[in-house]
Amino acid sequence: MDLPRYEKIWLTFGFGSLILFLVILGVMAFGQGLHPPDSMKTTIDPEKVETTAPFNEPGLKQIGPNEYRLTVLSYVFGYNPGTVRIPAGATVHFEATTRDVVHGLYIPNTNINLMLIPGHITEYTHTFNEQGEYLFLCHEYCGAGHHIMQGRIIVE
Amino acid sequence: MTDTTKETPAFGNANLPLSSFRFTKEDSKLILAHLVFSFIALFIGGFAGLLQGLERGGLVKLPPQMGYYQLLTAHGVLLALVFTTVFIVGFFYSGIARTLGKEMSKNARTFAWIGYYLMVIGSIVATITILTNDATVLYTFYAPMQASPWFYVGAAFLIVGSWFSAIAIFISYVKWRREHHGKASPLFAFMAVATMVLWIHATLGVVIEVVFQLIPWSFGWMPRMNVTISRTLFWYFGHALVYFWLLPAYVYWYVNLPKIIGGKIFSDALPRLTFLLFVLFSIPVGFHHQLNEPGIESFWKYLQVTLTMMVVVPSLLTAFSIMATFELAGREKGAKRMFDWVKKMPWKDARFFAPAVAMIIFIFGGAGGVILASYQLNSTVHNTWFVTGHFHMTLASTVLLTFFGIAIWLIPALNGRLLTPAINKLAIAQTIIWATGMTLMSGTMHIVGLMGAPRRSAFSTYGDHEVALSWLPYQLVISIGGVLLFIGVMLALFNFFYLLYFAPRAEKPVDYPIGEFAEHVKKPPKILERWSVWIGISIVLSIIAYSVPIMQMFQHDAPGSIPFRTW
Repeated sequence: MDLPRYEKIWLTFGFGSLILFLVILGVMAFGQGLHPPDSMKTTIDPEKVETTAPFNEPGLKQIGPNEYRLTVLSYVFGYNPGTVRIPAGATVHFEATTRDVVHGLYIPNTNINLMLIPGHITEYTHTFNEQGEYLFLCHEYCGAGHHIMQGRIIVE
Repeated sequence: MTDTTKETPAFGNANLPLSSFRFTKEDSKLILAHLVFSFIALFIGGFAGLLQGLERGGLVKLPPQMGYYQLLTAHGVLLALVFTTVFIVGFFYSGIARTLGKEMSKNARTFAWIGYYLMVIGSIVATITILTNDATVLYTFYAPMQASPWFYVGAAFLIVGSWFSAIAIFISYVKWRREHHGKASPLFAFMAVATMVLWIHATLGVVIEVVFQLIPWSFGWMPRMNVTISRTLFWYFGHALVYFWLLPAYVYWYVNLPKIIGGKIFSDALPRLTFLLFVLFSIPVGFHHQLNEPGIESFWKYLQVTLTMMVVVPSLLTAFSIMATFELAGREKGAKRMFDWVKKMPWKDARFFAPAVAMIIFIFGGAGGVILASYQLNSTVHNTWFVTGHFHMTLASTVLLTFFGIAIWLIPALNGRLLTPAINKLAIAQTIIWATGMTLMSGTMHIVGLMGAPRRSAFSTYGDHEVALSWLPYQLVISIGGVLLFIGVMLALFNFFYLLYFAPRAEKPVDYPIGEFAEHVKKPPKILERWSVWIGISIVLSIIAYSVPIMQMFQHDAPGSIPFRTW
């Protein structure tokens, strides 16, 4: 196959920048540990979720100095807990699941963008440095009331 | 226009050529049946899109018997699944008949008609379940929301029907190759075969999901199903689906457009290589739609991101080849300075203008795609309106405008009528309206998506939260864009309807443009047409990308889900 010279230059440049880009993504992922949530081994029976720890007691628990575990149970069409108050600078370890259909847990203008799949527990850690009232909402279609499914994290 | 045979309408720099090639009656009937059915789907799907767009903008309140999500389901299923599949198959048949011996064989036509009726029946059944509000699950039909079993049966019919269509194309191709031993197949036919190979491989995923999970579960034969596996099977298919939409547009750009602009096809081997790379890299990439999901290990997500990005290579090849073809054609016509060739293009010919605008929009669509598939960056935009903006620039602009550009000459080429200058002008206006509406709608969707507005959500101010309130003005612009797009759909449909039934008859049919190769073009290497090699590599890549993660899904076997009806 004969490639014209300009096409070789074009492809070399294009492919080169692509590889560079993928290397940067790879270094960020495996060097700096910047992964989207994967949470491999944590499964739970969605039908017994309300009697299974930790989802039998959803809510905020302090586990260290300004460090919290936030256990969220989602359902059509809401979250338990629906409102959470934390001090500024708090590191929050989310663990969330659903007792029915697939939901999302998304906080606009943050990196918190989680899918909640029945049978799985989604885990993610985030530090809230700025004060304010953060809206969290369901961003995966879950039924007639999908667009009212929401909650608040109030950082004081 | 009274005497249509003497007068050929002026198009851009040249007259619209008429040709001696004529489709047989049987082929015309077959292909027109596909086009007309796809236009019906376009009409209903477009109308549903308009209504849900107005609702989301806060401009109308829907009557109680009509749900936002129901309309959104109709919009997605009828446009993304039905319209595209049926139109693509019809377009492929036309090129197969044109380049492989002037007509389809009787055998091929039999398979084609079986495929057609299966697709029509499947589409109608699925649409009825949507209209009765028994399948408001959107076109991704994620479990454990459970639609009427007949919705899934309809989907299965649609896909299995398209397999018959693929067989019709394969039969024609194999027959031609037997009769032309040692020759490279015509480029159009090769590309159609590659696209259908990709399609069959990809649809295996969704067919397994529908037949072995959703149908038995929705009929109640199986109480629970594994949701993660069903999502994985869906996306095994779901991302390749977008290339199934895109590749027919590439066929038109590579094979038909050079003839329309008075140029020559730049290479015979590179376009084939491009299509084969899509066959390889379209499927083992579905996890980039599931990056934020639990139950899939990070390493495999990253691996699939890498494979996803490989499709940048055939897209770069395509960008170069198409632009080179344009430039060479422009220089042939006397363009001297660096960009003079742009002026030599037939901008007043809608057959060129629509796909040319499609290509320009694709630059933005492609860039957005790279952002979406970027492992980490995806978290800032996943399931926001950014995604919707992205695929309305790619599918609903790049692909659709190209299909509009095809339909206006394909219909008259099939029914022996004339593509009149008035329709040509209307089609150009239609393209401009479309591009304007899409810039308003999709451009704004990208911006407001970055600001956090979720996709697939009815109008909501989330308890008047300030973030949600900040989206409202943008939602209004999106609705206005949507209205323009609906006007665009209606105008396109008017053109098609006129060309189908009212355009003046021509003594000689409108030319079916098939580009010729430039003189320097060499015969493509034989390996490019050794399908066992490419299908083999494609399967191996899928096994590498999917076997371990799917095994892990069984190992950490999450308890299955019972069905829910939440609408």
